[in-house]
Amino acid sequence: MCGLERAMHVQFRRALAMCYVRRVIKDDHPESLLEVRGLTKSFGAVRALRGVDLDVRPGEVHCVLGQNGAGKSTLIKTLSGAHQPDAGEIRWKGEVVTLADPVAALELGIATMYQELDVVGGLTIAENIFLGHEHATAGVLNRRETNRLTRELMKRLGHPDLSPSREVGGLSPANQQIVSMARALSHDISLMIMDEPSAVLDSEEVDNLFRVVGELTKEGIAVIYISHRLEEIDRIGDRISVLKDGSSRASNLDVKKTPTRKLISLMTGTDIDHMFPPRATLPADAPVVLEVEGLSLRGKFSDVNLTVRAGEVVGLAGLVGSGRSEILETIYGHRKATSGTVRVGDTTLRAGSVMSSVAANMGLSPEERKSQGLLLEEPIYRNATLSAFTRFAKGWLLDERAERRATKTQMTALELRPAEPDRITRTLSGGNQQKVMLARWLIHGTEVLLLDEPTRGVDVGARMEIYRLIRELAAAGTALLIVSSEIEEVLGLSDRVLVVADGRVLVERNSTDIDEHGVLDLVMKGSAA
Amino acid sequence: MSDVTVPGDLKADRPARVNPARRFFASGAGRSIGLLIALLVLVAVGAVTAGENFMNANNMLVILRYASVIGVVAIGVTFVITAGGIDLSVGSVLGLASIMATIGAIQTAASGFWPLMVFVAIATGVIAGLLNGLIIAYGKVVAFMATLAMLVAARGLAELISDRQTQIVDNQGFLSFFRSDLLGVSWVVWIFAIVALIGWFVLNRTTFGRRTVAIGGNATAARLAGVNVKRHTVYLYMIAGACAGVAATMLLSRTTAGTSTHGQLYELDAIAAVVVGGTLLIGGRGTIGGTVLGVLLFATLTNVFTQNNLSTSVQLVAKGIIIVIAVMLQQRFANREAASSSGPPAATVPSASPPVA
Repeated sequence: MCGLERAMHVQFRRALAMCYVRRVIKDDHPESLLEVRGLTKSFGAVRALRGVDLDVRPGEVHCVLGQNGAGKSTLIKTLSGAHQPDAGEIRWKGEVVTLADPVAALELGIATMYQELDVVGGLTIAENIFLGHEHATAGVLNRRETNRLTRELMKRLGHPDLSPSREVGGLSPANQQIVSMARALSHDISLMIMDEPSAVLDSEEVDNLFRVVGELTKEGIAVIYISHRLEEIDRIGDRISVLKDGSSRASNLDVKKTPTRKLISLMTGTDIDHMFPPRATLPADAPVVLEVEGLSLRGKFSDVNLTVRAGEVVGLAGLVGSGRSEILETIYGHRKATSGTVRVGDTTLRAGSVMSSVAANMGLSPEERKSQGLLLEEPIYRNATLSAFTRFAKGWLLDERAERRATKTQMTALELRPAEPDRITRTLSGGNQQKVMLARWLIHGTEVLLLDEPTRGVDVGARMEIYRLIRELAAAGTALLIVSSEIEEVLGLSDRVLVVADGRVLVERNSTDIDEHGVLDLVMKGSAA
Repeated sequence: MSDVTVPGDLKADRPARVNPARRFFASGAGRSIGLLIALLVLVAVGAVTAGENFMNANNMLVILRYASVIGVVAIGVTFVITAGGIDLSVGSVLGLASIMATIGAIQTAASGFWPLMVFVAIATGVIAGLLNGLIIAYGKVVAFMATLAMLVAARGLAELISDRQTQIVDNQGFLSFFRSDLLGVSWVVWIFAIVALIGWFVLNRTTFGRRTVAIGGNATAARLAGVNVKRHTVYLYMIAGACAGVAATMLLSRTTAGTSTHGQLYELDAIAAVVVGGTLLIGGRGTIGGTVLGVLLFATLTNVFTQNNLSTSVQLVAKGIIIVIAVMLQQRFANREAASSSGPPAATVPSASPPVA
């Protein structure tokens, strides 16, 4: 299709859409653009969606709320054609449709803007926008037409300053997002799904985003808007659906009639308190084993002070991007602190040196277990002894028999079944892989253990076991510092909790003195400030 | 509580049912057996097409001698590749080492003590490897580019020092040692055997080998477990350099001269032998036995072709085909293994990267 023809086509469709909106507005029973009924989706043993209902009307902003792991991402990926549902129905403009792949979804008019932006850094803005549907005559790119359309899109998105020939890799995350949005709009769409679009934006950029969302809805395009930030929903949302543990807790609520308080309780629920084992009382004379003073990492967080005593579990609570994982990684030396000190016992650690941390008996179970923690193709015992194999060795000579023996002992203690040290680590479930990480530090004899997302990718049953093990480690005198994106997990596991937002520690409380609502309240005030 | 979880875990972790034969050929030993079979087939082809000319002890020794120089280079490269690196400079470093060891002054100094020449060659290799390693580990230059730079620079340095002249070896002690043999087998072959044995032992039985495999398998995980990844990386390139130095002395004894063109394209032959042997190019799995078989395979191939009076051009084409087939087989087995043994997807929130719309 030549450029002009295409542009006219788009104009025509827009005009149609406007008529459609007017008709809808007159109508007392607005037709749904998208209807989702009873959507389920499992990944192996993990049931990510277990019955989701959703109605989206033309020209509305429909917010989908839920905690991490509630199933929001899976829902989005199902609606964008990236995943196929196991059961349930998707109706598009009244007809049942199958979204076989992202291209099929796009052809229907569903565009998705992912959180991890899918722009190509080395290409220009124009090239990114028309990637896969280039304007070309017999294979030769029609650059002038492409640039003209790009400029038009940029203007529409409130960024006439972005030249079509700029390379996307050099743009700020906010502007990369604009490019991603422009790409969606370069197709003829009637539904745009946005996955936490404000996560990378500052407040001015958020204003522009909302203005653009307003423009889209005025044209009759519906928006599914995913966000953690409740205050944003008040500003732009029309209706809300809440997900928890993969199912719809509430669908199609009116924003104006639903108080924030109710939304929080829908999101969090309160029925899983029993998951967490009871805390032991900490002896009054328990020594401080981890002491962090004035720790800062430029651009990530600043002036973090904390102590963890032997046998104590301390948690860092905060949202994605708050700096909590970075704090953990910097304490460990995986990142090099700009300033501040970390002491384990009497030893002051060398900044940016993992080796000095390990030598001082501190261990980290990283956020990305598979990519940062494990040798997946190696047997369990080689993973379990990765920090200690030199100690088993006689000089340079490995003693694999002793390694296997020690591993087997730990596997039994951690109830990692079957206790076969020679099994390839890749074949283990998420929960058992996490136990291998614990086994590594137990074999090493760690006194301070940093756990980043200890239950990510771990199913509910194994999760409770991990909780129990963490508590047992604490009871045995290990000092633990825990980060989790699930606030209830941090509160349920730790003795003390530090609330983190925007790279600062806002408050420090006993876990029993603060609840999830309180933490969310603090975090949102913190990030709004 | 455990009542709830154990069945689930067992279910998730039940060993995958794989055809035992397939499983065997996917294992390290199995792959080597496959290579051994390929080698035997090649020998049979040689015996049928060239008869007595091929199937005699003397010709077998010729093949071994031919394989030895590349073989020693390939053992060093096996270490680097197992750790997920690459060394393109070994051929040039070999050339440079051959020049350094045959400089007039060195030969004069070595007239009373010929091992000095060997020492100079190895030291040259070690220093080049040290530079490679430092640039890669601490300069954070990707291994491909750092060693490509060394490939160019070492060749140039060799030309500068030798003034592009061939430097004849006139040290009789050196020559007569390498001409002598042990139990009828040339010292060159013995050196290859010794280097291979040491390499096997270090890679499979020592803490050094464990670190090498760990870094190749997952460098971040190794670092976060407290392994000194940078220092170890430097050691690995020094080993590759040292092997190139040893190979240089072996080549010197065969050609009785050092030239700046020694070892040209050896890096490619070595890498091909290593990968055909079953060492993963992405690291994490290395096999010295496979490398030895890979080297022997190519050496035998060359010999069979020569015996049949086929041109070297045909050889090159055949070599290329073998490399592609071997790597395709390797990947096919690796994929099957991964596909048949992977558990359920990792996360409650599947984190597959978003498809580009």
